[in-house]
Amino acid sequence: MSFPWAKHYEPKQPLMRWVDEKLPLPRLVYNAIGAGYPVPRNLNYFWNFGVLAGAALVCQIVTGVVLAMHYAANGAVAFGSVESIMRDVNAGWFLRYAHANGASMFLAVVYIHIGRGLYYGSYKAPREMVWLLGVVIFLLMMATAFMGYVLPWGQMSFWGAQVITGFFSAIPLVGETIRIWLLGGFAPDNAALNRFFSLHYLLPFVTAGVIILHIWALHIPGSNNPTGVDVKGEQDTVPFHPYYTAKDGVGVAVFFLIFAALIFFSPNLLGHPDNYIEANPLSTPAHIVPEWYFLPFYAILKSFTADFILPAKLWGVLAMFGSILLLFFLPWIDSSPVRSANYRPTYRWFLVVLLLDILVLGYVGGAEATARNVIMGQIAAGYYFAHFLIILPLISASERPRPLPNSITEAVLAKHAGTSPAKTAMAG
Amino acid sequence: MARLISIVIGAAFVFVLAIALFGTAKTAITEPAAESAEHVFHLHPENIGLPSAGLFGKFDRQQVQRGFAVYKEVCAACHSLKYVAFRDLTKIGYTDAEVKAIANQWVIEQPSVNPDTGEATTRKNLPSDHFPSPFANEVAARAANNNALPPDLSLITKAREDGPNYVHALITGYRNQPAELLKEFPGAKTPPGLHYNPYFANLNIAMPPPLTADGQVTYSDGTKATKDQMARDVSAFLTWTAEPNLEARHAAGLAAVIFLVIFVFLTWGAYQNVWRGVEH
Amino acid sequence: MATVDDRLPPGEDPALLADDTFHDPRRRDFINIAAVSFAGVGALAIVLPLINQMNPSADVLALSTTEIDISKIEPGQAIKASFRKQPLFVRNLTPKEIAEADAVPVSSLRDPQTLEERTKAGKKNWLITLGVCTHLGCVPLGAGEGENRGPFGGYFCPCHGSAYDTAARIRQGPAPKNLVVPEYTFNSDTVVTVG
Repeated sequence: MSFPWAKHYEPKQPLMRWVDEKLPLPRLVYNAIGAGYPVPRNLNYFWNFGVLAGAALVCQIVTGVVLAMHYAANGAVAFGSVESIMRDVNAGWFLRYAHANGASMFLAVVYIHIGRGLYYGSYKAPREMVWLLGVVIFLLMMATAFMGYVLPWGQMSFWGAQVITGFFSAIPLVGETIRIWLLGGFAPDNAALNRFFSLHYLLPFVTAGVIILHIWALHIPGSNNPTGVDVKGEQDTVPFHPYYTAKDGVGVAVFFLIFAALIFFSPNLLGHPDNYIEANPLSTPAHIVPEWYFLPFYAILKSFTADFILPAKLWGVLAMFGSILLLFFLPWIDSSPVRSANYRPTYRWFLVVLLLDILVLGYVGGAEATARNVIMGQIAAGYYFAHFLIILPLISASERPRPLPNSITEAVLAKHAGTSPAKTAMAG
Repeated sequence: MARLISIVIGAAFVFVLAIALFGTAKTAITEPAAESAEHVFHLHPENIGLPSAGLFGKFDRQQVQRGFAVYKEVCAACHSLKYVAFRDLTKIGYTDAEVKAIANQWVIEQPSVNPDTGEATTRKNLPSDHFPSPFANEVAARAANNNALPPDLSLITKAREDGPNYVHALITGYRNQPAELLKEFPGAKTPPGLHYNPYFANLNIAMPPPLTADGQVTYSDGTKATKDQMARDVSAFLTWTAEPNLEARHAAGLAAVIFLVIFVFLTWGAYQNVWRGVEH
Repeated sequence: MATVDDRLPPGEDPALLADDTFHDPRRRDFINIAAVSFAGVGALAIVLPLINQMNPSADVLALSTTEIDISKIEPGQAIKASFRKQPLFVRNLTPKEIAEADAVPVSSLRDPQTLEERTKAGKKNWLITLGVCTHLGCVPLGAGEGENRGPFGGYFCPCHGSAYDTAARIRQGPAPKNLVVPEYTFNSDTVVTVG
């Protein structure tokens, strides 16, 4: 469905008309990301990040398919095959650094995209399905990123595989059996490496499929906007193309600029030196940490140090998975009818605290387990759960929102009122 | 209902964390963590400012060649360089003929098979060969080195924090164990067979000081081979072995960034242009 | 003015359009075209390494020359060596085989070449060719001891029946060309560098 004033696809060229009659793919694209999709006119730059995540996925798939032409998934040669890519394959160093840093870019963009959703209430009705599919995409990405990190078969790869599959051994009774089943052995080795490679190649395409559903679900209610107010009429929207293709273009350009700076000038900034040491099953590195994008979750895992009914290890694993899975319930936990945090003064402050809290968790996740750090992590993990599971339901009932604008257009004109008297006169 | 369940689950997690927090705090007060010698006496390497450092760094080929001489004379007896091939030396300024001669005269030979009998043997190195390992396998390496394993050096400057500076600091950093250390941590005396080195993670390294005297390596370009100079040069060489495409990367990066900066301005212009007069 | 207004997107401000300094259509189009062209150039620059990565890598290219010791090959014998991961035939021709090859009128050949053209001066008995049939790439028989040398005493490809003579020239069957003679040099009387 779409808004009644959406433009209709009218192919001018006979060839396009012919294609459109047989297979309405051009029409589909036109209605999805072309002029046929009316979008609120007041989207800010935070709305770029969906497109950027798509661009990042494309980069990952392209560089990944190409790297798979040179990579060998066998414990004896995997590390060497990556080194041969870095040294001997034409432009191999570029492709490998692009893929490794591309994962970081992808996760960074997706975190901002999720943060945008949290701030502007994009998870709320009628966009719950968009949000649910988004959480599925996030889970798929995390699985893909983890398995990809195992492939170079360095020390961090190996011990990451060991630790992450170790999560499953926390399950009572069957845990160890599941872990051994996942690894196809008692420790990570060829069997594990090969299946991780297979799944690492598969999951991005599954992700791409879920992204299509995500966009499909988005197009039913249409995009949210910074006011969170529904679109009332044609004056509230502009066609996606050329307006948002142009605005997304700026975002894409900045994205690639940062990406290029990372690849070419600091390709190992986000990596860990230990992963340039070949995997050694007999020696654990002094300080093992996951990649930066998993650090907050790792901190939550580490924070559960006391047995209480369940063993501490199981609490840690439950909490870590719970910290992500709770996002599935967010549309129902937060029942405030107001979407945008711009009009929710209390929620807004708690969201700022949550952001700082996640930064603290990230720091603790990568830091040594001194008493100070563990205590910081425990407080921060406590706030994380309290924020989503206790504070949100309470403030959504008690908070008094600021008055909402009557329409998107009214909000836009009010914003410009101070700056440009001439325009206000026109609008008035 | 959903909100009630949510609050109950949230309270459960917070409660368990509170118990954990209480336990951590109690332990921290009753049994404060003891300081360790590693923590107090470990030093961070000083910056040696190699020409390859920085955004537009380039290798000083003379220096990298001198570093190769140090590797060849000093390190190669114990440390392999297995991801680097002789042919790669052309990239640091050796000619094809020189590389062929270096490979041919390399002391350690390449494992091979006797074409007549099929028995294991060795042959002279070819430019296409990777640097041969001084030991046949890890067991042999440990057996010859007091049970310590000399790490492969191909990637060492990327496999250590602040690698290029670390290599220089480590091989010039040997000294006697400070008296204060033994006063504070009487149990931390360097065990026999190990060597005190404050730049090494646990302060006691199995490798004996590799550079013992000025002039240990004879430089063909006339540079004075002080210990510090040799350490800098080998660090430059190992920076090259770990990242041989650094110069190409920096050059491509400069072009890419200039291109993308212009692209950002163009897309910004196009955006302004498309949205001209549309308030948003 | 009214006609222009009709095409304006909602909210577009006609006052700005009336201002000519802001409204030079050529300049406005130019920046859009420039941005899109830059994107195209960038995409092209990215595609190049993606294509180039499939070319032989440096370690493969480093193996592109092979040294062969020919001292142990008796007249009438041949060896199979390996050159760029392809079979290489090195054959020490007998005077009889040389005479047979020279006796063939060059004009009658599908791929006219004399034995001289296919060997080095003064080393006419050393026939060095790739062991790859020019039809579809099978390895012809005839280099190994006791293998079928075909009706012309050279090589015979069992896949589709191409027969080569003692100068490894195509004489019968579907192959279009003679067996390929690679670049090579004699380092000494007994060592050849191929490639």
